[in-house]
Amino acid sequence: MKPVAPYLLLPVIMLLAFPLMSGPSWIALTVAGLAMGMMLFLMASGLALVFGLMDVLNFAHGGFITLGAYIAVSVLAPLTGWVNAGSWELNLMARAAAMLAAAIVSGAAGLAFEAIVIRRVYGAHLQQVLITVGGLIVADQLIVAIWGTQPLPLQKPAVLRGSFQLGGAAIETYRMAAVVLGLLVYAGMHFILNRTRIGLVVRAGVENREMVEALGYRITRLFVGVFVAGSALAGLGGAMWAQYQETVTPAIGAEMMILVFIVVIIGGLGSIGGCFTGALLVGLTANYIGFLAPKLALGSNIALMVLILLWRPRGLFPVGGR
Amino acid sequence: MADLLLTLSGVHTHIGPYHILHGVDFAVPDGEVTMLLGRNGAGKTTTLRSIMGLWTPTAGQIRFAGQDIAAMATPEIARLGIAYVPETMGIFTQLTVRENLLLATGPAGFKPHKLAEVLALFPVIELKFNQQAGGLSGGQKQMLAIARAIIEDRRLLVIDEPTKGLAPGVIVQLIEGFQRLKAARTTILLVEQNFEMARALGDSVAVMEDGCIVHRGAMADLAADTALQEHLLGLSLGALQ
Ligand SMILES: Nc1ncnc2c1ncn2[C@@H]1O[C@H](COP(=O)(O)OP(=O)(O)O)[C@@H](O)[C@H]1O
Ligand SMILES: [Mg+2]
Repeated sequence: MKPVAPYLLLPVIMLLAFPLMSGPSWIALTVAGLAMGMMLFLMASGLALVFGLMDVLNFAHGGFITLGAYIAVSVLAPLTGWVNAGSWELNLMARAAAMLAAAIVSGAAGLAFEAIVIRRVYGAHLQQVLITVGGLIVADQLIVAIWGTQPLPLQKPAVLRGSFQLGGAAIETYRMAAVVLGLLVYAGMHFILNRTRIGLVVRAGVENREMVEALGYRITRLFVGVFVAGSALAGLGGAMWAQYQETVTPAIGAEMMILVFIVVIIGGLGSIGGCFTGALLVGLTANYIGFLAPKLALGSNIALMVLILLWRPRGLFPVGGR
Repeated sequence: MADLLLTLSGVHTHIGPYHILHGVDFAVPDGEVTMLLGRNGAGKTTTLRSIMGLWTPTAGQIRFAGQDIAAMATPEIARLGIAYVPETMGIFTQLTVRENLLLATGPAGFKPHKLAEVLALFPVIELKFNQQAGGLSGGQKQMLAIARAIIEDRRLLVIDEPTKGLAPGVIVQLIEGFQRLKAARTTILLVEQNFEMARALGDSVAVMEDGCIVHRGAMADLAADTALQEHLLGLSLGALQ
């Protein structure tokens, strides 16, 4: 019963781009697009689930991305020796420490934000928009107060700096690493959502919250867990994106949020599979168009969203009664 | 007279600014089937939702097994052993039939003898076990909704118009299913418009009108009294068939 056509969009977009550029460019851009898509997926998945499960619109989500990025900077700064060492182990430990810290701190910030702000505005969309936008402004200012407005440099680990050859194209190692990590997180989420009781309850709750409660599940508690996990993933995505860009500015979250919203809307507001497909579509489009017509890069993703919504007004994989 | 498992006394429920239930009084005896009848818009669904905590009553008492549940949250009420089949059936269309059932089981998952029992009652569920529930027909969805309510032992089943919109053949199957539940002395509170069903299953009956209970008694007495049916329900229940 699952629609097949939306999945075909990915190969279709890849094939469309193929004749427009040289083979090696296509390979490099496809890998870069998938890498960016994976990171977008990390940032978008939490937002999608939070909306799907509790109908909560959280405009402050970008704050967790920014926070994760800066936590990565702060953790990696004293570990410069490890980052520059030519050893896999030390590189990996530095990276793992940075990403873990980013996820933990963003998750903790999510826990506090849910308890202080979100819990008070269930069911009231306008208030959610106003108070989460307000929360974002406060968070941005706090981040500027701590880390300043100057862009901060962030080095890639030494062993991930180079590139390797694939089909005549030079692929940056870091991009492949991002793809692999993104796939691992996606596989983990897929496992939890499809093979565990908690995942089953989340999927059911996205479709019909009331019925899940009538079956005896305390969905508000579950929602706190999902909110924290979503915030932690956003922080993780922010940390990865920061290392990918090799620099962090206070605007990093806001910049990514435009794409994240496009991803969530394309995906069908609340569907994880849709979010994943949407993230890869946006990542690929951004890279192909960024290469073919750099000025159209952002516009192209908005155009992609409009086209998809014309085709499927409720997104690629609409959920339940929405 | 059996012990009363569920008792509503003076229940008032508001939905937003609207005052829908105006002091509902009736009881569900343990081990019996209690029918809740009444015209469209009388307040039957609102009554069931108030029992489940999906609306919170503004006044009155709802006692279940000796405990006042009127102010409790829905998951807590369900955990006392009440299964609810809403008018809309509440099937998760994106999940498989198996997953829909699994959601209603305890942490240990399916108990083999319960699953076998449910599949024997509704064999079609076994045929569709691993398919997405969204692909089921209306009747199959209703059977799944009832199967989900009985996949674990519950103390009370609360079921809202299970035959609504179903073909006559399917209704016959549902009646058979309910009759087996009744034979096993399952306690059921059943909202129903279908007279065959009401007469075949009901031990006692309560009739609602404009948010109040206007008649209580034995189902057999109401079934025998066409004038009373006419008076309470606007037309003879028999004429619906
Ligand atoms: N969500 C709601 N908002 C406002 N009024 C409602 C709502 N649900 C039901 N009502 C009103 O409450 C009354 C009783 O409805 P309901 O309990 O659904 O009746 P029944 O199930 O007996 O057909 C009706 O007048 C209906 O219009
Ligand atoms: Mg009704």
